[in-house]
Amino acid sequence: MAENVNMPQLGESVTEGTVSKWLVTVGDTVKKYDPICEVTTDKVNADVPSSFSGTITEIIAEEGETIPVGALMCKIAIEAEESPMPSTVESSPVSLHTGGTAEMKQEHGAKQRYSPSVLKMAQEHNLDLTKITGTGMDGRITRRDLLKIVDGKRTGKVADTFNMKVETQAASLPRVNEENLAVPKQKVSTPDSSAVSVRLNHGDQVIPLTAVRKTIANRMVQSKHETPHAWLMMECDVTGLVHYRSKVKDDFKEKEGFTLTYLPFFIKSAVETLKEFPKLNSQWADDKIIVRKGIHLSVAVATEEALYVPVIKDADQKSIFGLAKAVDELAKKTREGKLTPHDMTGGTFTVNNTGSFGSVLSAPIINHPQAAILTMEAIVKRPVVIDNMIAIRDTMNICLSFDHRVLDGLVCGKFLKSLKKKIESYGYNTTLY
Amino acid sequence: MAVISYIEAINQALREEMDRDQKVFILGEDVGLKGGVFKTTEGLYDRFGSERVLDTPLAESAIVGVGIGAAAYGFKPVAEIQFADFIMPAVNQIVSEAAKMRYRSNGDWNCPMVVRAPYGGGVHGGPYHSQCIEAMFCNVPGLKVVAPSTPYDMKGLLKSSIRDDDPVLFLEHKRCYRLIKGDVPEKDYIVPIGKADVKREGEDITVISFGLTLHFALQAAERLAKDGYSAHILDLRTLYPLDKEAILEAARKTGKVLIVHEDNKEGGIGGEVAAMIAEECLFELDAPIKRLGAPDVPAGPFNGVMEKFYMLNPDKIYEAMRELADF
Repeated sequence: MAENVNMPQLGESVTEGTVSKWLVTVGDTVKKYDPICEVTTDKVNADVPSSFSGTITEIIAEEGETIPVGALMCKIAIEAEESPMPSTVESSPVSLHTGGTAEMKQEHGAKQRYSPSVLKMAQEHNLDLTKITGTGMDGRITRRDLLKIVDGKRTGKVADTFNMKVETQAASLPRVNEENLAVPKQKVSTPDSSAVSVRLNHGDQVIPLTAVRKTIANRMVQSKHETPHAWLMMECDVTGLVHYRSKVKDDFKEKEGFTLTYLPFFIKSAVETLKEFPKLNSQWADDKIIVRKGIHLSVAVATEEALYVPVIKDADQKSIFGLAKAVDELAKKTREGKLTPHDMTGGTFTVNNTGSFGSVLSAPIINHPQAAILTMEAIVKRPVVIDNMIAIRDTMNICLSFDHRVLDGLVCGKFLKSLKKKIESYGYNTTLY
Repeated sequence: MAVISYIEAINQALREEMDRDQKVFILGEDVGLKGGVFKTTEGLYDRFGSERVLDTPLAESAIVGVGIGAAAYGFKPVAEIQFADFIMPAVNQIVSEAAKMRYRSNGDWNCPMVVRAPYGGGVHGGPYHSQCIEAMFCNVPGLKVVAPSTPYDMKGLLKSSIRDDDPVLFLEHKRCYRLIKGDVPEKDYIVPIGKADVKREGEDITVISFGLTLHFALQAAERLAKDGYSAHILDLRTLYPLDKEAILEAARKTGKVLIVHEDNKEGGIGGEVAAMIAEECLFELDAPIKRLGAPDVPAGPFNGVMEKFYMLNPDKIYEAMRELADF
């Protein structure tokens, strides 16, 4: 008995995946949960585990092929279960005659395998075989099917049953997170790039889109299209934090084995402020606003090629040290391409450390379907006026883009103000653990 | 038009040809006084006498060898090999002498001889009385191999063979002798050698066969028709040389071909038919060419159960036809 292995739902908003590498070939024996292939999807490279124990009989999706969630990837023959009855004498001679039958069925089981005469007729009469339902064994398109179409006795029909099957399977897959259940998905209208005529000049380089780049593009367009972005910025005095960090960072590195950056401090402040203003930890859901209880912080991590947003789960339950460790681990995983769908899903608010590459001001695009995104800009020394005196202080801008359907300027202003106060209060009495 | 049996058609053809042409004579084991072990030549001894219906020693090489000599002398011998299984001692005479005579003498000599041989199983005959021997003779240029299935074809083809100027190996299925009956015209007629015949028109699958299994295929086709599939059935009639045109036409008709013969599957005549189709009309095929033959073990288990297992029957052929129709 052959079972189908379909493209799994590898995270929220994932609709398709690209098979980047097959780890098995036809004839291989696999155990349940053994990885069978690598799939690149919505910003994730993941191993797909086998859902069954058995033998790979057919690989449908080719390497590099992008197929929708729920579509057939390969077939696995399950080891026959032990018959509860002892096999009877009558049944044994049957195999002598049907030896050829099983072979024929297996060999030609695939719908896409066409006989020479079917291919010839399809060419002669310009028929699209992919749109014809076969009446032969296992749905094979027979010559008679085409003769009937050519004679006008039936019409070339879309293989409804096949498509329906895929949809049902996709629908029955367990959803990875609750957001997908609560929020009716709106269709992303992606501009058809092929329709745009682009003139190439001598020396121009054409870079084909990777799955990740395509996903980033779609997600950005979706967010910009659907979400009315509003933007706020405030300036923080982080002199205390800078002094504190430079005092403890060497010891920290020695003790913990990794560098203490500014980011965990900012995340800590952001999380605490989110607790005060839970409305920013929310999302728009067409006819309602959903305010999330858990604070799961998406942290933007850039590589040379792409942008990833892994999630620190329950960030409000972590100390600065805990956050530092989480950031370090996620950054490492991102660089090594080892992020799992689990690492990528469930974020409720995003923090982006744009200052790390020197930016002093940015207007970030909200990480859909969240309601707001916060950036931390570069820390620079500036002359500032304190008590009518000019002083040189370490300053940093913090920027917030927010969904104006969910949030208004007032609450966001209060949020930033409170956040600023927290960031500015870091100093000698700060505790890391 | 009279309904006669397969064996009666042979007897009539022999009698009519002997009446028509004084040079035609019969020789073989027990063909004279006894009228043949199957009674094929019954009444001919009385009618034509011992000079034209010769009882011979049990020596097949001699039977054929004498025939070749007589043919060279201008006679038209009809040599009977009592069972096709016994033809082996005469293979040298048939293959190296009779079949090569015209070629070797650069057309100066020819060998207008018929070698009749009852073949096939299903008569509880055991290993020496059940074999199909056609495949061994179907790559011998200079020899024709004919194997009719119906009384009409039997009579017409035997007459053609007797009138032919070159040697013909004439195979009669012994199970068909009294099992198969059919309409045969009273008047003189012949059926040309080298022409196959469509025995049933159909649209879904093509079955190519001859001899006893052709009749089984026709029965299976009736059953298949109840399933909603129509079978196109071609009777090869002549096995060497094959009627290529008719074979390809029948194959093209449905694109699904099943070749059925009683002989062992591997090395059987079905392989040649399949190769011909594969070479010439691959792009008309809608399914792999299938063959159905006996298992590759010696023909004619004497044990009744084993004989039944070995022999094809309408049920086995129906299964193969249904599978191909479903494909």
